[in-house]
Amino acid sequence: MTYQLETAQHPETLRRVAIDPVSRVEGHGKVTILLDDQNKVHQVRLHIVEFRGFEKFIQGRPYWEVPVMVQRLCGICPVSHHLAASKALDVIVGAKKLTPAAEKLRRLMHYGQMLQSHALHFFHLCSPDLLFGFDSDVTKRNIVGVAMAHPETAKRGVLLRKFGQEVIRVTAGKRVHGTGAVPGGVNKSLTVAERDELLKDIYHIIQWSREAVHLIQKVHTQDPGLYNSFGIFRSNFMSLVGHNGDLDFYHGTLRARDDNGGMIFDHVDYQNYNQVIEEEVRSWSYMKFPFIKSIGKEHGWYKVGPLARVQNCDQISTPFAEHERKEFVDYAGGTPMHAPLAFHWTRMIEMLHAAEVIKELLHDDDLLSKDLMVQGERQMEGVGVIEAPRGTLFHHYQVDENDVVTMANLIVSTTNNNQAMNEAIRHVARRYLHGREVTEGLLNHIEVAIRAFDPCLSCATHALGKMPLQVELVDAEGAQIHALSRE
Amino acid sequence: MSHTFTLDGKTIPFEPGETILQAAGRAGVYIPHLCYHPEFKPHGSCKLCTVKINGRQTASCTMRAMVGMVVESETEEINAERRALTQMLFVEGNHFCPSCEKSGNCQLQATAYHLGMMSPHYDHFYPNRPVDASHPDVLLDFNRCILCSLCVRASRDVDGKNVFALSGRGIKTHLIVNAKSGRLADTDFTLGDKAAQVCPVGVILKKRQGFAVPIGERTYDKAPIGETLAEGK
Repeated sequence: MTYQLETAQHPETLRRVAIDPVSRVEGHGKVTILLDDQNKVHQVRLHIVEFRGFEKFIQGRPYWEVPVMVQRLCGICPVSHHLAASKALDVIVGAKKLTPAAEKLRRLMHYGQMLQSHALHFFHLCSPDLLFGFDSDVTKRNIVGVAMAHPETAKRGVLLRKFGQEVIRVTAGKRVHGTGAVPGGVNKSLTVAERDELLKDIYHIIQWSREAVHLIQKVHTQDPGLYNSFGIFRSNFMSLVGHNGDLDFYHGTLRARDDNGGMIFDHVDYQNYNQVIEEEVRSWSYMKFPFIKSIGKEHGWYKVGPLARVQNCDQISTPFAEHERKEFVDYAGGTPMHAPLAFHWTRMIEMLHAAEVIKELLHDDDLLSKDLMVQGERQMEGVGVIEAPRGTLFHHYQVDENDVVTMANLIVSTTNNNQAMNEAIRHVARRYLHGREVTEGLLNHIEVAIRAFDPCLSCATHALGKMPLQVELVDAEGAQIHALSRE
Repeated sequence: MSHTFTLDGKTIPFEPGETILQAAGRAGVYIPHLCYHPEFKPHGSCKLCTVKINGRQTASCTMRAMVGMVVESETEEINAERRALTQMLFVEGNHFCPSCEKSGNCQLQATAYHLGMMSPHYDHFYPNRPVDASHPDVLLDFNRCILCSLCVRASRDVDGKNVFALSGRGIKTHLIVNAKSGRLADTDFTLGDKAAQVCPVGVILKKRQGFAVPIGERTYDKAPIGETLAEGK
């Protein structure tokens, strides 16, 4: 746990390679690499170059507007922001416990989102690397190439995502940026027709999700030399954990483990998140660096997301996903798996779990209930936390006596993984780029490491497929010596 | 002799004293409008209801119908002007439909859809208009005011309170609250006032109600404004 390669001793003497923007991830970021004359790597940084002002312009707005406004942070998992904000505002309106129908409808919306987001990431963004190889023919290393070579896989990716989007539509009113959750509950339940339409498809969605787990398991276990070590670094883990230590994406308490699996904290009420988590600002990125307070900023950073969640929980409540979790844990050999590429495997286990939970919920008649809202004693401050597809998401608001927001603090999932992603790309740069001529294929290795985390770099923009990539080699005087680009 | 005129070639009957907009509404023909409300004296300010009569443009909410008038409304020329007026209303205020609780129930938004407005076209003014959240039951979000003056007329003519007024001139015209502090909390305004019911956009809002109606069940989800407001309601 060091910051080796974060800052070079004499950057003015080094050449700079930039991957700008990073492709097949959500949002816009860039990677800079400083090399010396022998192509030895001296500095590697993942920069987040977008600046979003949501925390500021929410201030002065009425609180009930916030769940609908903040979801505009993102076009991929807006439901996460919608629900995290709603949960924080449940606290503000004194809704200590939602009605069973409201909680289940929100959960259904969220698990639908988890399914669609994980499907999008795995099939559309990452399967080209995993199926063809990291430095395979760049003209085929995309979703169109996958559709040509593996049409059934590509089709399932599209249909899995479509199903998740339909779950969101019937619970939120729209596939993207709906209005389903409101402080204190939800504004609609399901009709029998909406439920039956989803029930018609859910069984093959579960089957396809199982097969997706088996696909990535096979890819991973067939090449352990690569998949167990690519970009590897050790770190702490953090996630919400549900009742009885279950994997839970919607609600729970905070749990953190160290790199050996030892408990750092557990059962932490997320209303007190700022007693266990702190954020550090560094001059070269718009994204903050959170860390576990009790360990300190040097060693207290952590991973969030599927790899953290699946290893942080004690069990998964649904049978197929629990079986796959055990397979994964057995493969890891009883010790935490830290390999970034194992994110893919655990992400597919989570997608399977989401599909199974959706099936259970669709058989629950509470979804048809009209008992949707509660409220209680008004509070001035509330925190909402949810496990978004990319990891733990914090929304924290203060609201004055006139119902206007006076303070907002958001720690988005990708922010929690900031140091972790930087460590992963430094490892890859050391192993693959060090002392070698830079090629597109080698640079894609850096991007493969970033993609494993499924980052949403601005948590705002949707960068589906291949984005334009420009790489420039510039000498110490700023003269371009070599350039690669793709449209 | 029967009292009729033609509107886009259709014969429209009218009662003596009725305006073109009123007669068209009774006949089920929609003429776009924002500042007109059937319960209040016409204001003639938004100009959305402009029609062409015998080759001359006029506001149909203030022009009385006369026998034999030939009125044009749904022409490309007039709708292009209506669209431009609507675009100007959008850029003069801060109208962010994606996070506005009036979305789906807003006459401005519905009118923009009706007119096929695809973009604001003009540069936004981005005026700085803080909300007035001082009243316990009602939020005033001045960002969305289109100066239709319906709240002014309702408060003055129905509620007898004069809570609202338009102040300033020309491009600086703005809605004010009639209190020394300028705050709604310092007036006798209540949720039961007529003025609390007439805002066509998202300025006068009942607090803590935003987004209670799901998408699909809002006014203009069910029917576009042309059908909803044909009766002038």
